[in-house]
Amino acid sequence: MTFLPKPRLHHPDLAANELGFTRRDYEGSISTLCAGCGHDSISAAIIRACYELNLPPHRIAKLSGIGCSSKTPTYFLGNSHGFNSVHGRMPSVLTGANLANRDLIYLGVSGDGDSASIGLGQFAHAIRRAVNMCYIVENNGVYGLTKGQFSATADRGATNKRGVANQDQPIDLVSMALQLGATYVGRSFSGDKGQLVPLIKGALSHRGAAFIDCISPCIAFNNHQGSTKSFDYVREHNEAMNALDVLTGRDEITLDQEPGTVEVVRQHDGSLLKLRKLDAAYDPTDRIGAMNFLQTHHARGEIVTGLLYVDPDAEDMHGFHETVDTPLNALDDAVLCPGSAALDKINASLR
Amino acid sequence: MRTLEEAAPAVAPLQAVNDFVIRFANVNGSGSASANRLFARAILRMGVPATPRNIFPSNIQGLPTWYEIRVSEAGHLGARGGTDLLVQMNPQTWDADIRAIEPGGYLFYDSTKPLPASKFRDDITVIGMPLTEICNRTYTDSRQRQLFKNIIYVGALSALLDMDPVAIEDLLREQFRAKEKLIPPNLEALHLGRDYALAHLPCPIGLRVRPSEAVGDRVFLEGNAAAGLGAVYGGATVCAWYPITPSTSLAEGYMRFAARYRTDKETGKKRFASVQAEDELASIGMVIGASWNGARAFTATSGPGISLMQEFLGLAYFAEIPAVLFNVQRAGPSTGMPTRTQQCDILVCAQASHGDTRHVLLFPEDPHECFTMGALAFDLAERLQTPIFVMLDLDIGMNERLCAPLAWDDSKRMDRGKVMTAAELEAGRDFGRYLDVDGDGIPYRTYPGTHATRGSFFTRGTSRDRYARYTEDGAAYQDNMERLLVKFDTAKQLVPPAIRRDAAQPTRLGAIYYGSTAAPMDEAVELLAARGIHLDLLRVRAYPFGAEVLDFIEGHDTIFVVEQNRDAQLRQLLIAESETNPKRLVRVLHYDGSPITARIIAAAIWNDAAPARSVAQPEAVK
Repeated sequence: MTFLPKPRLHHPDLAANELGFTRRDYEGSISTLCAGCGHDSISAAIIRACYELNLPPHRIAKLSGIGCSSKTPTYFLGNSHGFNSVHGRMPSVLTGANLANRDLIYLGVSGDGDSASIGLGQFAHAIRRAVNMCYIVENNGVYGLTKGQFSATADRGATNKRGVANQDQPIDLVSMALQLGATYVGRSFSGDKGQLVPLIKGALSHRGAAFIDCISPCIAFNNHQGSTKSFDYVREHNEAMNALDVLTGRDEITLDQEPGTVEVVRQHDGSLLKLRKLDAAYDPTDRIGAMNFLQTHHARGEIVTGLLYVDPDAEDMHGFHETVDTPLNALDDAVLCPGSAALDKINASLR
Repeated sequence: MRTLEEAAPAVAPLQAVNDFVIRFANVNGSGSASANRLFARAILRMGVPATPRNIFPSNIQGLPTWYEIRVSEAGHLGARGGTDLLVQMNPQTWDADIRAIEPGGYLFYDSTKPLPASKFRDDITVIGMPLTEICNRTYTDSRQRQLFKNIIYVGALSALLDMDPVAIEDLLREQFRAKEKLIPPNLEALHLGRDYALAHLPCPIGLRVRPSEAVGDRVFLEGNAAAGLGAVYGGATVCAWYPITPSTSLAEGYMRFAARYRTDKETGKKRFASVQAEDELASIGMVIGASWNGARAFTATSGPGISLMQEFLGLAYFAEIPAVLFNVQRAGPSTGMPTRTQQCDILVCAQASHGDTRHVLLFPEDPHECFTMGALAFDLAERLQTPIFVMLDLDIGMNERLCAPLAWDDSKRMDRGKVMTAAELEAGRDFGRYLDVDGDGIPYRTYPGTHATRGSFFTRGTSRDRYARYTEDGAAYQDNMERLLVKFDTAKQLVPPAIRRDAAQPTRLGAIYYGSTAAPMDEAVELLAARGIHLDLLRVRAYPFGAEVLDFIEGHDTIFVVEQNRDAQLRQLLIAESETNPKRLVRVLHYDGSPITARIIAAAIWNDAAPARSVAQPEAVK
């Protein structure tokens, strides 16, 4: 498979945003993922979020690791620099990129294998360092490119395509992100654009480590009865969850809560997912409350989605490191090199 | 206790002025290192070249540690081997340390507890001083007893070696400038030891330090600190590192100098960022991310860190991302001997990662070159868009060494390499991220965020075409790999050339060496020349090798390749690059974790070269 350019023709009346860009200006090349893959919906949500936020495409840097999800940055934001790094190591590359230029927006795209298995350490440390980023895990519970092995987010008892049950406990990246100090934490579904787009917009606008766990079931290897991350179900659910919070800025995040409900959608193969929206009593600025809420509902077999925690006044890595306002990559010789006079003094002190 | 008179040596005591080796045997964590360093610096202040080496265990407290000072007015800075004066403060290592004293040498020890005669040798001069007894009498606090014992023996040594104590006094005052109340008790301890020695010991002994001018304007610093300073001068703004002996003080040195020179005086904000990563994978990942985004970034590590970075290094090579790595080498594999020196990572760095890779290496010989190459590495990394390895080792990294003053040309500007600007993109200049427009194998890059509609590209470790578009087409992959070879050829013209020094008379023998082997090699070649073995020398300073290296190999019948590793790693690279008959390149190896010495080099070359010349074994070559 090689590069697939997308035709540049589009409808002449396609709407433009405040910068004069149409949605097409935020697209990438044609996806090479399986037809109907949930990851493509997440790409579409990213495109729409950036369009609606009026972000200059070139001011976004998109980074990923290895895996199906990590291929997706090719399929959106074609005018942005992208970096498909090594397996599980996107967080460190993104951290370094962010250190170099604090003025860009950093979008990290990863998968459950990439972030919960091989890259669990880097996931954890990027979050605890408060790297200013939007970190999205496209979570399908399996390894797709190697044909269907369980990942570390697969639920205990969930079966693979051949009917073998997973015996290992799942890693819940949302709970980990909360524990590690992420200052914007959300969970969503790939199909629920109404919920996902505003969640991404909020994360892109957030200063600090923003994390979104987006369940995006695998149509090829995790779309069967017995799977707890099945794609068909999400498609049905997408209709039910059409209208969710619309977030345009940090201030509105705490205001636009929908009352909490549990939605249960049965897939054609019979697998079940319960989706809980944020209820009226839920306080998304209470980290400990959010962790308790998640654990309680997880024990009931429910999956809580939406914006789960936000600290609107969060500081980021640059704040903690007290770096100058000018991006480090824009500093010149005059301020970087102490010069020969300083060196003479150093020499004198070394005798 | 045996007195000097009782232990009259069977051979004549050594007599030497400004040319001997003192070895201090101490217990780790006893505060001895700073006292020993004080003593070394006092000798330097007297204008006499002195080279200390700290031989320490992987331990915080309790295990044996040694501090060796080579005093050499002739300027030999390499380790010599052997001990002329042993300052024995550690009973744990008594026997082995006593055995290493040269015949006619001296032993200075704490004679508070009597030792049986069998613990001594009759061919050395034994000087006992009841240090513990003196300390217990003078001090009540146990920590003071320990710390001042060190200063007391420094005072005694000053008398034994006929040194004016003024230099030590000055250094103590400078050291405690910020804690003035510590100055008087330290001076008192110094003179307590000195006065005792003058009154009770046979001062001076046959080894003397006499004021000289041989130090000149040279400076005295650690290679790690110099490399960290080089990174500041080289414009590095991002440092990502993980603590590992013996490289930790390099990152710390960078942070110390950067905090001093890169903090905005008005706002207190910093023009650098240093992140202690969770491991070496993250360190190099951050360096790659920062460099990709247009900052100058580096990491400092040692062998195990290099091993962990392998996958990322392949990415950086293939995706053509600048990166600077300081590898302060230590004995491996695995944890090996983490506090002992080697040059054992040449191959793993030259060929880091899976797949076909070749990396640029720099070999500094001393702290001066750690500084210059530390700065140069960033220009090379950005010019060549590839990782650059600065290959220090523990011997020069963690020991202070006398070297030429650090110098900087203020007219010099950073070479940011081929970076296409927004204006050039706006003007319609063709941008292909992997397009070789100049024929040197080096393509143009753009920084993220440069232009709204032009110049963006996708960086990946997967194959792509000249315009950075993903492809699995075999021809496109091969085209790219061939271009990387062209780029590697270009590197040969950009790296520091090897330095050749020919023998005083024509010879068919040559020696190739690099890094910290330089100082003992200089001395070894003198030892050999004095005995009729003449060698042309070539100090390799970088890989890939320039034409001068291949010419040198062509121009000699036998070339000794002197290295501090088991597998003759540079020799392997030389054979691969020159395609010469391997038999012409003779291994001279030393890899027990101690620095290679002139005696070791000279003996090895002598044994190989002398039979053909039927010359007698030189006395100095053992």
